[in-house]
Amino acid sequence: MQAELIARAKALLADGTVARVLGWRKGDTDFNAEPAVFETAESLDEFVYDGFCGANLSKYMIKNSKLEGKTLVFLKPCDTYSFNQLIKENRINRDNTYIIAVGCYGKLDINKIKAAGNKAILSVAEEGATLKIHTAYGDAEMAREEAVLDRCKVCKGGKHVVYDELASFVDEEKPAAEGRFDEVKKLEAMKPEERFAFWQGELSRCIRCNACRNVCPACSCIKCIFDNNNYDAAQKVNTSSFEEQMFHIIRAWHVAGRCTDCGECSRVCPENIPLHLLNRKFISDINEFYGEFQAGEDTTSRAPLTNFTTDDVEPSIVKERG
Amino acid sequence: MSMNNSEWKPKIVAFCCNWCSYAGADLAGSSRLAYPADVKIIRVPCSCRVNPMFILRAFQKGADGVILCGCHPGDCHYSTGNYYARRRMTTLFSMLDFLGVEKNRTHVEWVSAAEGVKFSATMNKFIEQVRELGPNVRLEDIRCKQN
Repeated sequence: MQAELIARAKALLADGTVARVLGWRKGDTDFNAEPAVFETAESLDEFVYDGFCGANLSKYMIKNSKLEGKTLVFLKPCDTYSFNQLIKENRINRDNTYIIAVGCYGKLDINKIKAAGNKAILSVAEEGATLKIHTAYGDAEMAREEAVLDRCKVCKGGKHVVYDELASFVDEEKPAAEGRFDEVKKLEAMKPEERFAFWQGELSRCIRCNACRNVCPACSCIKCIFDNNNYDAAQKVNTSSFEEQMFHIIRAWHVAGRCTDCGECSRVCPENIPLHLLNRKFISDINEFYGEFQAGEDTTSRAPLTNFTTDDVEPSIVKERG
Repeated sequence: MSMNNSEWKPKIVAFCCNWCSYAGADLAGSSRLAYPADVKIIRVPCSCRVNPMFILRAFQKGADGVILCGCHPGDCHYSTGNYYARRRMTTLFSMLDFLGVEKNRTHVEWVSAAEGVKFSATMNKFIEQVRELGPNVRLEDIRCKQN
């Protein structure tokens, strides 16, 4: 898998098709691969593709596609939706990119492996449906299924919506998982007081690190409303109580109708706040009120919130549905 | 006659479009139709001028209820503005409900320039709904830890 991608990337670099490669490399540990740009064949030996390559590379292409020469990028099925959405918004120069579609068996969540009782993990090896976990206290095994990210349990399917070539281990026919909106429905079924208590419990943990915003492929504004020129503290301080109170509503609202539900926001949240539920609520509402819509599925359709029909539902529907 | 000034009164922000609802409010006034003075009208050029953040900002600045009034769908002065506003408000209100904020704190009503009676009736009804809910604290508290 990984060797195939490295060989292909080296070949494309060597024949001058691409000037650089955007992929993943090993992070500080064996289980936090991070996005990286490779410009030489030697540096590609550090390239990694494993279960911990959850990072969506689409957003990095905004910058890379504006450089001279083509950039090779590896996209998982769900990443291609974000990529398409960015093409639609004219944020990515498609002519300057070369996409290799890579297959995905669900990405792993190190927190789940830790929660299963593994301490001092040194490395995690994937062998089919099992994970061999090597720790300082000995070796352990667990089913791969139990360690996949929550977002991968409601996978959108194996189809790549945009690519130049497919890697050999791609399964385009992999069906979408059921129950994407189950968590949203569960919350909707609660009483308002219970919902409020739930969200208060979740959102009060937020430390305003802005990781959700920085990682989001839909949050691609050059100047974000949460950036403030008056302060130098890396835009992470609470500059007003308005931001403090409404950050999550505004963040979710700004990507409504454009969010492809890639789930990066929840993956990177250091406090494990289920931020994707806010986005998914908007998606479920849009599907219900304005017809099924998957952002990033194509590059031409109009986003539901910049569109209308004369017989749309009235806002009072929110009260009527109880 | 004595007046009890200590009684809590809801603060209502009403965004009214310049072409229909603001004129409707004007008609309500010149027709001597009563509606509580707790309604603060903000005139906007069109209902679609109302960025969803305006609604959030109004709540953050102490509003207990926010109502948006615009031309009837199809009658927009700019042809289509209120259709966009309708989609935005539907999804925003649904999100506020999802977060557990009482859904009676927000409302959209289409009021034409000839509907002074409707304007006054809408405001009276809305203010009653908000009065029943009491002060708006949830949006303020949503990021505060519970004791």
